[in-house]
Amino acid sequence: MSKPKTGSVTRKQQGAGWAFLAVASIMIFIFSFYPMVAAFVMSFKTGSAAAMRWADPITFNYVRMFADKTFMTSVRNTFVYLIIQVPIMLVLAILLAQLLNNKDLKFKGLFRTCVFLPCAISLVSYALIFKYLFATQGLVNTVLMDLHIIHENVNWLGQTGTARFVIIFALVWRWTGYNMVFFLAGLQNIEYSVYEAAKIDGANGWKTFWHITVPLLRPVIIMTFIMSINGTLQLFDESVNLTQGGPAFTTITMSHYIYNNAFGVGVPNFGYASAMSFFVFILVAILAFINLKVGDTRD
Amino acid sequence: MTDKKNKSAIQRRLIPSYIFLTLFSLFSVFPLYWMITAATNTTVDVARGKIWFGDQALINFQNLVKTAAAQGQGASLQGFMWNSFLYATVQTLLCIFICSLAGYGFELYHDKGKDALFAVLLMAMMIPGVATMIPMFQMMSKLHFLNKVWGFVLPAISTPFMIMMFRQNSRNFPPDIMEAARIDGLSEWAIFFRMYMPIMKSTYAAAAVITFMNAWNSYLWPRVVLTENKAKTMPILISNMSSGYTVDYGMLMMGVLFCSIPTMIIFFVLQKQFAEGITGSVK
Repeated sequence: MSKPKTGSVTRKQQGAGWAFLAVASIMIFIFSFYPMVAAFVMSFKTGSAAAMRWADPITFNYVRMFADKTFMTSVRNTFVYLIIQVPIMLVLAILLAQLLNNKDLKFKGLFRTCVFLPCAISLVSYALIFKYLFATQGLVNTVLMDLHIIHENVNWLGQTGTARFVIIFALVWRWTGYNMVFFLAGLQNIEYSVYEAAKIDGANGWKTFWHITVPLLRPVIIMTFIMSINGTLQLFDESVNLTQGGPAFTTITMSHYIYNNAFGVGVPNFGYASAMSFFVFILVAILAFINLKVGDTRD
Repeated sequence: MTDKKNKSAIQRRLIPSYIFLTLFSLFSVFPLYWMITAATNTTVDVARGKIWFGDQALINFQNLVKTAAAQGQGASLQGFMWNSFLYATVQTLLCIFICSLAGYGFELYHDKGKDALFAVLLMAMMIPGVATMIPMFQMMSKLHFLNKVWGFVLPAISTPFMIMMFRQNSRNFPPDIMEAARIDGLSEWAIFFRMYMPIMKSTYAAAAVITFMNAWNSYLWPRVVLTENKAKTMPILISNMSSGYTVDYGMLMMGVLFCSIPTMIIFFVLQKQFAEGITGSVK
């Protein structure tokens, strides 16, 4: 197992192997692992950035965090986005991939490009586009008024419920095509003969989908799930640009609130921000772990 | 004859697919279309719900130039564009070079020790950017890298995702070539530069596309490390422009358009590489 596949690799060659991967590995230690540890240490400190001291009691920032209503709102928001948006998006993405994987379908390339297109622009750009589409004087209100669905302009971003809806709507728009690409790649790896066999056995479209496509796509589904959870836990651009976290911080995300504490207006509180960021790290780790476990046991 | 009938029957059964795909395509394209038309209209027209092209493009552009310059500290529209371009290019070149070296080393020279290190490095994928930004900000500030290209790119050059992508794709690199090259007397480094790099062209292309897009679009870290206006990037400019009370829709969408043009060009020209890039490490 540990035997290199090139066979006669000498000591000198093994040394060269280490040299190849050294720079990248060292950089990950310096720019990922070290800052993570430093943030963890910092999470036990208080005071302004220039004069930090150990907190008293040492868990001060963590106690404060769980009592902080805005932070707890941001945690709840993250889970609202997670529970509603991620399933909608992944189901749509699988459905689109399944439809596009049909060999009889025409204009496949065109459809795929269109669905994938939202990935071509930055998160800030699409957040701003949706902000102005859903503005009080925006196009969405104008259209809904003309259709007599609403009778006065809705202040989409000024109310908690509708503002959350707009964020979820925008997220689905931006990321469905992205995930579709993964599923399409996964579907293309499934041999066509598998489907032929299922057809001969008399399985209909849904049966084939549930009993063949979904199980074979399971690794891709788990991976997109982890990526989406990871992305949702770290939402920042949308919260900052689409809703500014408002109204009254009710749509703010964890990353946005942490950023505000560390680099926003007012006195920066690196210790408190670090404690909250460590909480995010724990959430990411737990959810990734659960996902992997779920993936394993169904084997 | 029967074949033809069969075909039209198949197409008829696909009608719901066509309808759904068409609707979803329109949904996906419309906000971008709206952004482009809004960039050519006045605020009043945009607010009135005009969704066709207007004749205000030049005026919106001039206003955009003025607003960018009004950010102060020597900022200008071409400055923001240049910064974005410079940071993204430097990050892309360094990232694909350093991560491909690592992917090559991990795959083709793998042994127990290297595999263990690789597993450790992968754990870095779970570390959220928001958790590392404060210590990294202090680090960059100590190194005097704030507002510099190094401050922007250093944390993003080596990523587990890119190393994994190159490692996975290195499996297609035939070890026989290495053997032959060694017999010809090539050093290990020469094999990398003269054999590996040319053969892995398509992986490099996919990696370059995805890295460039990510760098161009990044927002959280640039906001932290770029504190002076003249060092800032396009996404930060348009974000700042939208935070005022009265917003000129036309001008703002012109800004969004400028921020999106480079990535949209890449998307249309190199879509295949882009798709390969994001799915890169799943094989």
